[in-house]
Amino acid sequence: MRAALLRRLAVAAVTVLLVVTATFAAVHLMPGDPVRLYLGPTASPAVVAATRHALGLDRPLPVQYLEWLERFVRGRWGESIAQQRPVARVLGDALGPTLVLVGGSLLLTYLGGILVGAYQAARRRSRADAALTGVTAVVYALPSYVVALGLVAVFAYGAALWHWPRALRLPAFGEAGLGADLLPPAARLADRLRHLVLPLTTLALVGIAGTARFVRGAMVEALRQPFVRAARARGLSGSRVLFGHALRNALVPVVTLLGLQLPALFSGVVFVEVIFAWPGMGRVAVQAVLARDYPVVMAVTAVFACLVVAGNLLADLLAALADPRRAAAAAAPADRDGGG
Amino acid sequence: MTAAAASSTRVDAGPAPGLAARLWRDRRARTGVIVIAVFVVGAVAGPPLLGAAAPLHLADVLSGRFAAPLSRTPDGVWHLLGTDGFGRDELGRLLLGARISLAVGLLAALVATSVGIGAGAVAGYAGGAVDRAVVAATDAALAIPRVPFLLLLVALVEPGAAVTVLAIGATGWMGVARLVRGEVRAVRSRAFVEAARGLGAGPGRVLWRHVLPNALTSALVAAALGIGTAIMLEAGLSFLGLGVQPPTPSWGNMIAAGRDALMIAPWLSLAPAAAVALVVLGFSLVADALDAAIAGERAG
Repeated sequence: MRAALLRRLAVAAVTVLLVVTATFAAVHLMPGDPVRLYLGPTASPAVVAATRHALGLDRPLPVQYLEWLERFVRGRWGESIAQQRPVARVLGDALGPTLVLVGGSLLLTYLGGILVGAYQAARRRSRADAALTGVTAVVYALPSYVVALGLVAVFAYGAALWHWPRALRLPAFGEAGLGADLLPPAARLADRLRHLVLPLTTLALVGIAGTARFVRGAMVEALRQPFVRAARARGLSGSRVLFGHALRNALVPVVTLLGLQLPALFSGVVFVEVIFAWPGMGRVAVQAVLARDYPVVMAVTAVFACLVVAGNLLADLLAALADPRRAAAAAAPADRDGGG
Repeated sequence: MTAAAASSTRVDAGPAPGLAARLWRDRRARTGVIVIAVFVVGAVAGPPLLGAAAPLHLADVLSGRFAAPLSRTPDGVWHLLGTDGFGRDELGRLLLGARISLAVGLLAALVATSVGIGAGAVAGYAGGAVDRAVVAATDAALAIPRVPFLLLLVALVEPGAAVTVLAIGATGWMGVARLVRGEVRAVRSRAFVEAARGLGAGPGRVLWRHVLPNALTSALVAAALGIGTAIMLEAGLSFLGLGVQPPTPSWGNMIAAGRDALMIAPWLSLAPAAAVALVVLGFSLVADALDAAIAGERAG
């Protein structure tokens, strides 16, 4: 167990190093010149040279690379060119709102996805199963910005058009209403929750659809296993077999799904934050790109990737805890090259 | 390469029906192919047919803008999807945008699939340190969320269709690489590969003529999914203003333009959004069916 964990940690460290290298390479090996783009075509050569020197861009690439690695490890990610304040502080302000969205939607994704998938597996080949398979396939294929705009159209445009009650006219912009700070605490919380509904629903819908598809497959597979038949033969009730035996075994691959879900979620969150004017890291990244503020974009990409790596580690750990066989297999000296 | 070609090159493909026939029997595949075909035909033949409602034709902007869907101008020109904020015909722009969006999506998926096949084939065939390096790079690339990395790639260049193709292509090779690597490792020790090697064929020839044709079937699924994803990402980048630039219509920048009018003319955003969703769904249906057909073929 400990050996497996150490190996996973080493792999994660190498992955982080490669990711941080890739973000550096993306900026410095692409044809564009950040200084010229930022200053515009009318800047004099002297100003360009001075800015380049101030940003440290006139030093040899290997020196800049090592410096970027060192600064990244120490959390000093330089100055935002456009905002004239440390990148770490820009991201610090934006991290909270993003984690609220990502954490909330992960929670809903797993809850909803497991419920829907388990229901489908229990009623497999029924009409409800077929209908849900169709619905989840469609929703899973929808881009998050399409879902988001659809929700805005229905709950902001449609709700007013069709005279829906006020409670259903959900806000589509920002994380709090105008003047929310003046409200009493309970009303302020309610206002924040109302603002959270549409962005969270967007991310959760797509996540639930994907997870349900996966859970259904894993459950159907688990229900075919001998241990399920054995449990039935011992006279256990249907729901006990379904949840206690089949679902428990199906959950192991579902946990490892987190590693695939996080990158997709961090991609979706960019569009959701832009559409709902949510002050998180994705929106910060898009604004930074439009302002040619590349240090911010570099840091956002690297931070997102580190969160993905951490999520992968966590998923592996949880899967090992849930399934001792997996831990044993990972600890055995694997013959990675063997076979053919 | 077509599905039929890929299946006929499989050495042990018996008298069972080919992949294409098997695929066509799947309702998902038929639906997907029809949806995609409608958009391709519309993109190719649509704009010339629309004639008077030509999308680049600017008439009286103030009186002609934000016309509702299914409306007709006094001089008898139909606007089936209404007009946008400049009085341009939305359907015409949608079909012109289809040309850009489909082309960018296809080309980007082509780039991604080629890179993936190359990386996967080299890693799987060479093995050893090369293999470990490619696997590590693939794992690292999979850990980087794609949209933020795309933002980084387009941050320092002038946005446009070519940049969009390259950026999406450069960030989508990992799935194909993993599949092809696995298949190549499985195929490289088969008897016919040994025979080719024994007859004196060099590694390049063995890989290209004998291993790869037998290792590409499962990459087809990833490629089909990749086209849908690439179209989705092009529209996403253009929506953020970082992809194809107006006035060239692409589905993404049409969604963005319509977003300002979401409260008075929601169809301007929803029509291109629905187009993206339908095409992405079409490709994902085809990929699902392809996956099932390949699994069926393997099972016998």
